[in-house]
Amino acid sequence: MTSATATAPAPQGVVNPHAVGTSLPHQVLLLARRSIRGALSSPAGYMPGIVMPLMLLTINSSAMQRSTSIPGFPADRFLDFIIVITFMQAALFATSSAGLGLVRDIESGFLDRLALTPMRAGALVVAQISGAIVIAMGASLLYVTIGLVTGVDFHAGFLGVLALLGLAAWTALAFATIGAWIALRSGESEALQGIFPLLFASLFLSTLNMPRELIQADWFAAITRVNPVSYMIDGMRSLIITGWVPRMLLEDVLVLVVITAIGVSGCARALRRRMAKA
Amino acid sequence: MTTSENNGIEVRGLVKQFKKGPKAVDGIDLDVAPGEIYGFLGPNGAGKSTTVNMLVTLLPITAGRATVAGWDVATQGADVRKAIGAALQAVALDNFLTGREHLRLIASLQGITGSRADARATDLLHRVGLEEAADRKVGGYSGGMKRRLDLALALVHEPRVLFLDEPTTGLDPQSRTALWEEVRRLAREDGVTVFLTTQYLEEADVLADRVGIIDRGVIVAEGTPAELKAEIGAPTVEVVPTSDSDRAALPAVLAQFGECLAAAQPGAVAVRLRGGSDRASLVTIVRAIDDGGLKIDEIRQHEPTLDDVFLAKTGRSLEGAGDDEATEGAPGAPGSGSASAATADDRDAEPVA
Repeated sequence: MTSATATAPAPQGVVNPHAVGTSLPHQVLLLARRSIRGALSSPAGYMPGIVMPLMLLTINSSAMQRSTSIPGFPADRFLDFIIVITFMQAALFATSSAGLGLVRDIESGFLDRLALTPMRAGALVVAQISGAIVIAMGASLLYVTIGLVTGVDFHAGFLGVLALLGLAAWTALAFATIGAWIALRSGESEALQGIFPLLFASLFLSTLNMPRELIQADWFAAITRVNPVSYMIDGMRSLIITGWVPRMLLEDVLVLVVITAIGVSGCARALRRRMAKA
Repeated sequence: MTTSENNGIEVRGLVKQFKKGPKAVDGIDLDVAPGEIYGFLGPNGAGKSTTVNMLVTLLPITAGRATVAGWDVATQGADVRKAIGAALQAVALDNFLTGREHLRLIASLQGITGSRADARATDLLHRVGLEEAADRKVGGYSGGMKRRLDLALALVHEPRVLFLDEPTTGLDPQSRTALWEEVRRLAREDGVTVFLTTQYLEEADVLADRVGIIDRGVIVAEGTPAELKAEIGAPTVEVVPTSDSDRAALPAVLAQFGECLAAAQPGAVAVRLRGGSDRASLVTIVRAIDDGGLKIDEIRQHEPTLDDVFLAKTGRSLEGAGDDEATEGAPGAPGSGSASAATADDRDAEPVA
């Protein structure tokens, strides 16, 4: 039994022997399982995140094939160049899947229910983010398989594919922390829905469809230069169409470190404020 | 130590003030004895849920002190949470889980795993009458079934203090009676202390050992239901005269039996009977009216209720009192059922005073 502290004038309290709690990893496991089941139980929730990237892949790879004839274009097939869109979109959907799970718990009061257990406050957030990453990774594995089937040549080899999946997972983590931050801060699904178009726009205001060197409009090239999404795309894409390019991978990792740090610290602050318990 | 020794609630000068708002709870004091059922009665927006959310550590207190099961809610929140169970105003369930999965999840988070968790889930599902629906997703449950599951979740770890925030709101009479029985059993057989908020007079009257009546963040009356009604004194008699001329003459006749009041029923004249040995019976009053040559359509004796207590203490009737000022029950409002549905700013509210 925990003893009362000196600051408490109350007599020794009663602790229920049944309420012993459980370890943080076990809590995360329990809640992540619930998060994944929740996400997968609603096809309307996860199917767009899988189907939409494939649609964009199909449309872009056929519509923009002629871009490959531009001198200096770094790939022979536009499919090889654009397949990175699927990994990026899977990661972007992690923003909403992590955030919406939290918002649902906040709006339904289930967060309060969990807060009244010995659950560590961070366990739920980590679980929701983990669930979002697992879903994004499932989708990424599907996209790698589709790439292999359609003849995409992963220049960095088997290890490169593993590195690509690692970067895709980290990208999903980075975006999921942002989604969780917004969810905890606002407690409203509208705020999450509001951020998604911005993220989507940032995807297309990047080097997604054209290498920066070949972009003719200066303003667009400037935007791609300051848009962190460009560096994420370039890092992952380099493993597919070029091989191991340390500078691009390093830039990608640096961007991911910064976004993850911003997301995690935002989550921590928002969580502290929301779970302002004794 | 036996668990019944110290599972009471003690509150002194408890205050909650949200940013840009009045004091939702304004310096309340209360004591709940171990094993007691304490009814916290008041209209919407009175401060009931805000009080509960502070006592269960979901809302930080602005000022004052409260201990639950001997633990200070401001400094020993983790210990408070181990000792309590709570079914808050908004039923807090995950629509994608079944009833049994809910119980197993909460049991696991409480450290009850494996066959113990299964047995506990089965026992609680039986106790709240949800065995048949146990393996259905709760999204398909009725409001009453959700309420019952919510109560079961609050009981998973056998808490010594149970907080129920308007637990019977939306329940049909049968489910309400069943829940009352279960609450009584918990208090009588298991020695669980129950802090129950309600806006239903009957619920407080029938279920609570003692009642605290809260209005606009202040406790205006406290005692057993019988004590509170006794404070009001003798019953009221309402008389409906046949004609307007008789209505004008009636107060003079009735005044000999007590103090004339505004009647609840349109067209009636009311008198609160004097207490003690000279309290008039209905027969005496009818004879006096007859002797006065007055004719009446109806005469009715009205025993004091908790609503009369509320009326006497606040000048308003409890039923509907909160309708024009309610913020507490509004979704997302400070002190609403879901404490975490309040904005993060509300959570961060600092004492203003």
